[in-house]
Amino acid sequence: MDYEALKEYIIQRIPEAEVTQGSQFLQAVVPSDKAYTFLAELKSNPKTSFDYLFCQTGVDWPQHMEVVYHLKSTTHNHELVVKAKINTRENPEIETVCNLWRTAEFHEREIFDLYGIVFKNHPDLRRLLLTDDWVGYPMRKDYVDPVNMIAY
Amino acid sequence: MEEIIHQELESQEYFINMGPQHPSTHGVLRLVLSLDGEIIRKVEPHIGFIHRSIEKMCEHDSYQQIVHLTDRMDYLSCHINNEAVCLAVEMGLQLEVPDRVKVIRTIIGELTRLSSHQLWWGVMGMDLGAITSFLYGFRDREMITDIFEETCGARLTMNYNVPGGLMFDIHPNFQRRTKEFITHFKKKLPEYDALLTNNVIFRERTVGIGILSKEDAISYGVTGPAARASGFSCDVREHHPYSYYPKVQFKEVLRTEGDCFARYQCRIDEMWESLSIIEQLIDNIPEGPYKAPTKAVIKLPKGEFYQRVETARGEFGVYIISEGQKNPYRLKFRSPGFSNLSALDHMARGSKIADLVAIMSTLDLVIPDIDR
Repeated sequence: MDYEALKEYIIQRIPEAEVTQGSQFLQAVVPSDKAYTFLAELKSNPKTSFDYLFCQTGVDWPQHMEVVYHLKSTTHNHELVVKAKINTRENPEIETVCNLWRTAEFHEREIFDLYGIVFKNHPDLRRLLLTDDWVGYPMRKDYVDPVNMIAY
Repeated sequence: MEEIIHQELESQEYFINMGPQHPSTHGVLRLVLSLDGEIIRKVEPHIGFIHRSIEKMCEHDSYQQIVHLTDRMDYLSCHINNEAVCLAVEMGLQLEVPDRVKVIRTIIGELTRLSSHQLWWGVMGMDLGAITSFLYGFRDREMITDIFEETCGARLTMNYNVPGGLMFDIHPNFQRRTKEFITHFKKKLPEYDALLTNNVIFRERTVGIGILSKEDAISYGVTGPAARASGFSCDVREHHPYSYYPKVQFKEVLRTEGDCFARYQCRIDEMWESLSIIEQLIDNIPEGPYKAPTKAVIKLPKGEFYQRVETARGEFGVYIISEGQKNPYRLKFRSPGFSNLSALDHMARGSKIADLVAIMSTLDLVIPDIDR
């Protein structure tokens, strides 16, 4: 499926998605409650078959949180960036994609650890890099640590 | 009676800690093994012992300062990591670097890959009980680190790339010494095969151990030689070529068995490919400047830039979100070791503890790369 067809397909599936063609990837911004069904369909549909999640990133914006999925299909060789927008910075939640791509298990633990985004139905959501008794989420922009961080 | 004894034994599942200080983990990686006798039921990696939050540090650093932090992640592929950041910044600036830079980057990148694989080969032998291979590996690696020292000024964390080109030009001895190394190593590489590859004990411990299927490799996001041994064609140099790779001839090494021996063989074959790439380029370094002019303060335009490169361990990605400032708003490193480690549990289940050492060895984990 070429990028035009892919764009058509996304708009048809999720009308509220904002689809833009970036310089590198086609990009779709979807609301967080629609993200799981959309991603599951992207993976299972033989026309898209995005079977390889090569990067999953959490981003902290001033008003909202975002989880970015970089997807690639090893059969069709096309790529797509899906951004799930979570409209709150207090107790952000999103459905896990562990059962679609196993690599997400580690990535989501890392995002939970550093951003505090809770992945619902994740099999083992614990802190990954930091100690279990750590307070706060260090990668958030408003995180302060008077001991370990130098103010700029 | 026998049945009762058998049941009693079956039910005794217990836990042991492997690491954080264990020679075969090559760093501070703690594995909690759930064992049934000697059979592994579950491997739970505990990481983060050397987490430095490099991504957070990057949010306060200028783009030139970010480059040297990547040395401290996968220290065996440091040049390739540097290159990834530089390429991402150059992509953002839409800066075309001179051909001389591309060729030198490619040569040094392949030398880095060779030295990383040599070290891996040495410690892989040592993990499985053969000390000789360690000495062989380090003897040949020494020649490469000497070349690096002469040209880049450092042996391990070289920091030779800067956004726009190279920090300085190559040393006049660079070409001669690299060619000397190639002739030397071409004679020595068959010795590697004689010592380990065709060794009966080595084969007994690797063939059919820790099998990873192609589907699982894709699902776990395993990349690099570990995935190519399972038949997953994921070489970034082939699929998304960067630097001078579009213009050199090489073939992606693929195998289908997916066991420890296939992963081993993949890396050995990659060493031959790397030698061939260097041979194609070493006499054809174009003349020209070693750096494209850049501003002292680099500001990337607002947008997102994703650059991936093939390190010795797999696909390394740099994802920059820029808001038009002199430092990135968000910078994510997709490190190959992180994803490769996540597949360890799946691969090790049902095998013995001694096999776990072989599996970890062939995944070629570098801990700072996982912890970042």
